Amino acid sequence: MKEIAIVQGFENNLDSRNRKGIIWHVLFQASTIVGIIALIALMLNVIDSAFGYVAYEARMDPDSLTVDGIPVEDQSKDQLVALLQSTLSSGAYNKLDNETLFVDRSREEVFQLVVERIIRPKIVQVWKFWPSLTRSDEIRATVTREYPKAELDFVSWLTYDFVTRPQTSEPLTAGVRTAVLGSLWTILFTILLAFPLGVGAAIYLEEYASENWFNRIIQTNINNLAGVPSIVYGILGLAIFVRALERFTSGKMFGIVNLTSENGRTVLSAGLTLGLLVLPIIIINAQEAIRAVPRSLRNASFGVGATKWQTVWSHMLPNALPGILTGTILAISRAIGETAPLVVVGASTAISFDPSSPFSKFTTLPIQIYQWTSRPQEEFRSLAAASILVLLVLLLSLNASAVLLRNRFSRRF
Amino acid sequence: MNKIVIENLSLQYTDGTESLRGINMDIREHAITALFGPAGGGKSTLLRCLNRLNDLTDVEEISGRILLDGENVLDPQTDIIALRRKVGMVFARPVVLPMSIYQNLTYGLELAGEKRRSVLYEAAERSLKLAALWDEVKDRLDDPAIALSGGQQQRLCLARSLALQPEIILLDEPTSGLDPISTGKVEAALQELKKDYTIILVPHSVQQAARTADYAAFFLQGELVEYGDGAELFTNPKEKRTEDYVTGRFG
Repeated sequence: MKEIAIVQGFENNLDSRNRKGIIWHVLFQASTIVGIIALIALMLNVIDSAFGYVAYEARMDPDSLTVDGIPVEDQSKDQLVALLQSTLSSGAYNKLDNETLFVDRSREEVFQLVVERIIRPKIVQVWKFWPSLTRSDEIRATVTREYPKAELDFVSWLTYDFVTRPQTSEPLTAGVRTAVLGSLWTILFTILLAFPLGVGAAIYLEEYASENWFNRIIQTNINNLAGVPSIVYGILGLAIFVRALERFTSGKMFGIVNLTSENGRTVLSAGLTLGLLVLPIIIINAQEAIRAVPRSLRNASFGVGATKWQTVWSHMLPNALPGILTGTILAISRAIGETAPLVVVGASTAISFDPSSPFSKFTTLPIQIYQWTSRPQEEFRSLAAASILVLLVLLLSLNASAVLLRNRFSRRF
Repeated sequence: MNKIVIENLSLQYTDGTESLRGINMDIREHAITALFGPAGGGKSTLLRCLNRLNDLTDVEEISGRILLDGENVLDPQTDIIALRRKVGMVFARPVVLPMSIYQNLTYGLELAGEKRRSVLYEAAERSLKLAALWDEVKDRLDDPAIALSGGQQQRLCLARSLALQPEIILLDEPTSGLDPISTGKVEAALQELKKDYTIILVPHSVQQAARTADYAAFFLQGELVEYGDGAELFTNPKEKRTEDYVTGRFG
């Protein structure tokens, strides 16, 4: 007769199981904390550069401009205009007058011109935010000792004026309006290209395409394209949009002759290039969203006699839309921070006029930041830091509007 | 009279499983035909063939004919939309569309292009009454349908099919998720409906099959084992396998 083993009961091992659980818990928490620390360090670093003391000297002593005992900052508009006329070359003066008649300019604007063109403050040294806070006495002492003529001001590089002024080569008067507008124009065309194409392709692949080797190859390629380095898209954009489609992207096709964009290096080319770049991301995310719509809903719709298109339009899309928009938000965030492809496509680094049409030359915020950080002077790094803050705000507001849009479309029942 | 004639129907899924093997069956008009048997027997597959919902799944091969009023449903030329309008379907889990109760009922008609409000309202009221749901929801037709209880949702799905005035109603375990009281209501509604419609039901238990079926078909592993008058089949089955299943020896 076979012997029957008697089960003696088993070890519960509760202690070691709980210990393991705690270790993993701590590890997961730690990775989150590392991420948060990295983010905070990034923000602190940017903020540190974006504010602080600036010591600047006037190239022309403002005291020498005093007329009849009235210092230059208290003079009337007419006196200031006269001052400009007498100091600047007639060519430079006429050019300013041609841009906007002096009659039409306010006193503030004219005074601004006097500062820019005659007094021309020159930065001698900048300090970061932290030293400015903690060692202000020391900084003051240094300035009085080494630059007796210099003035010391606590400056926020990020100001309303900074956002609204065009780009110039003078750090004190430079702004990012040109770059912000360039970014917005570019993103507009990116969305116009990538959103309808991406969602359309996703619908086709999920709903209409049959399962065969050809469609499988397409699917695999789309997944791979999402990982192609962005510079490759830049080269593609250069070949297609700037070179091959030059007549279209420069606006010649529409009879627009724009001397500043005689080739295809325009907002349109940049937007289309970035559109190609984010297309796979949008397709993949839209596919996921469509796949997540329950099959039962599809069956129910077909069950009451809906055609495929009716099912897609009134059930698949509304239910998938929040997911599709999430993917689009990700794609836009990616596109707005992209630099490399735009360098290849031919973004301008130094332009001071705003893009006004799809066929304008352009620069974008990341390009501007890249250009400023690569300058040797410390003050440009402060400008770059301020532009990074502008870029972050721009990104946040674009995302926020997309989230609002998504919440609006989310079905309540 | 025979509404549907199934001739030598066989079906194979892409994963290689054979779901139906040489089915021959005549389905009578104005009666409840129950397709029952253990899981994997091919009941749902057959049901889905009748309104071509199988087009959406991975069917490898399908052969034979299904004649509905003399026309072959499986013919590639068949207009699927028209077919589904004629053959309504209710699923195991109630799937209400994410709309109001009223919109759920009128949705099928609106898809077809019906815009007259009086027609839509009448269809909604008539179908709700047929599905024995009218008294419970008549005061809150604009509430979201998802707020209804499971039993109410299932009857709403039934009403939604009825609103399209089909000739045949397919029910795939319509009461599997319902409590006994709701089940009773659905079954009572079906008994009323069979006067005007041809009903094909996959019941979720043998007991339900015995309670409701005028005609019953026993499916086992893709094969139609026995088919005949409901009362006859459950009390006096001819096949040994049917008897074993019905008396609870397996399954």
